[in-house]
Amino acid sequence: MTAVAAARSPRMNARTWDRVLIYGSAILLALWVLVPFYLIFLSAFSRPNDVFTYPKPLLPTDLSTETMQTFLNSTGVFASVINSIAVAVLTIVISLAFGAPAGYALARFTFRGRQAVQLVILASKMFPVAILSIPLAVAFLRLGLYDNVLGIALVHSAMALPFVVLVTAGVFAGVSNELEEAAMTLGCSRLTAFLRVALPLALPGLAAAAIFTFVISWNEVFASSILTLRQRTLPALVLFALQQSPLYFKFAGGFFMVMPAIVFIFFMRRYLLNLWGGR
Amino acid sequence: MWARTEEILPYALLLPSLVFLALLILIPMVQALLLAIQADSGEFTTAYLQRMAVDVNFNDAWRNTLLLIVLIVPLQIVLALAMALLVNSRFKGHQWFLYVYAIPLAISDLAAGILWLAVFTERGYLNTAAQGLGIVDQAKVYLSFENFGGLVAAIVIAESWRATAIVMVILVAGLQLIPRDFFEAADLFGANRLRRTLYVVLPLLRPSLQSALIIRTIFAFQTFAVVLALAGRNMPVIAAEAYSWYANNRDAHLAASYALLLLGLTIVFTFVYLRVLGLREAEVKR
Repeated sequence: MTAVAAARSPRMNARTWDRVLIYGSAILLALWVLVPFYLIFLSAFSRPNDVFTYPKPLLPTDLSTETMQTFLNSTGVFASVINSIAVAVLTIVISLAFGAPAGYALARFTFRGRQAVQLVILASKMFPVAILSIPLAVAFLRLGLYDNVLGIALVHSAMALPFVVLVTAGVFAGVSNELEEAAMTLGCSRLTAFLRVALPLALPGLAAAAIFTFVISWNEVFASSILTLRQRTLPALVLFALQQSPLYFKFAGGFFMVMPAIVFIFFMRRYLLNLWGGR
Repeated sequence: MWARTEEILPYALLLPSLVFLALLILIPMVQALLLAIQADSGEFTTAYLQRMAVDVNFNDAWRNTLLLIVLIVPLQIVLALAMALLVNSRFKGHQWFLYVYAIPLAISDLAAGILWLAVFTERGYLNTAAQGLGIVDQAKVYLSFENFGGLVAAIVIAESWRATAIVMVILVAGLQLIPRDFFEAADLFGANRLRRTLYVVLPLLRPSLQSALIIRTIFAFQTFAVVLALAGRNMPVIAAEAYSWYANNRDAHLAASYALLLLGLTIVFTFVYLRVLGLREAEVKR
């Protein structure tokens, strides 16, 4: 009995240590990610004058919505939130309308030039938006798209389109082709087979693509700032106000920009690996 | 007739996307080049590029940009690798940790800069914690133009916090492609965790590490809002110069010159990476 226990315990110890090590480092890394969110939450739910308090309270004992209210009532903030949402919705519509058919094509067909198309999509995923914004500003001035919600949405769509194509290709690849073929032998055309069979099954994945598109657009700073003057999106407004705005305004703005992103990424967590991973 | 439609269909479905990308990426890229080297009269000139080269912020801008890349990218790869290997060990609850590590994926560099501003500002959380622990006896100023090291450290930390998530997601996806048998085989031959990671996992993860490295470096060249949030105009970087020349000075030519510099450096780095990493791969094969 004692012999068995003695023989076992070093191994048990090693395994326990292993566990402690794995969970310990996993939790440490999670804290590294999460603590800044907690701190911006504390900073945003305070009173504007609290930015001068020192040392800072580390526990949520003295929360107030005053800072957030002041921020939301500041000139331009409400309008910029509306602009941000309008741009994001337009971006979703444009990039899904263009991207989903392309994703479907990549998932369903083998055709000549397929590899080249995939390469183009991958390359455009990485293309720096900072380079596009300046010539686009010049072109948009001429086309009447400068300082225009649609203009920003077009640029955001160009950024989001490669992701939408890749995610939807993954989604449609997960919907069995045989179901569509069965529908076609039962008298559906390719279009009705797609609309009645593939599309409903693909809907959750398409929703995830839409959500990620929203996040891309909601977060984009450079193009929105370059391409607008009065019709600013929220990030463009916050960036523009960076030099002259008080700290509490920045903290509230930061918190307001961060919140929807966290919620949205939660809803599309199953598709995270499709965005950057794989091919 | 039916067969022909089926042949054309994939191209017809792809065409709108490709045209869209050509209009909004390819043409503007050419336009950026032209804006940098062509005067409004249509004449070709190097005047803008020369003006950029003697601009007060030019040298600081490219030096700072490269400095940040050299500091941020390796740190991100190491952090992301740690996260990815942990998640891939599939302990109970690992999906939740994957989600938490991925959250910064949805945060803009502007928001990340502001989050860390709350930490690094003089009456912020870092000083609160440091003084509480007795490390400093009074609040220190980290973010001022006199404290270059403090500015760099704050930006490096904020960017590493935010953009490690992309690298982590790429690496986790890459790890999932490695068959589990490889791990078991390594265990069978008595490899411990460290040796298994060094000799089995990392070589197999090389393609993912490469693409993570390239993607991150390309994006790191665009770093700008996090710099503006933490350092203001005290730390010029290339992308911020491009922004400022257009947004503040309305000079599309100089802004485009900086954008062109950005594009050039991006291409050179990608090429060098592919060259260096590609050569190594050939060595491994031999």
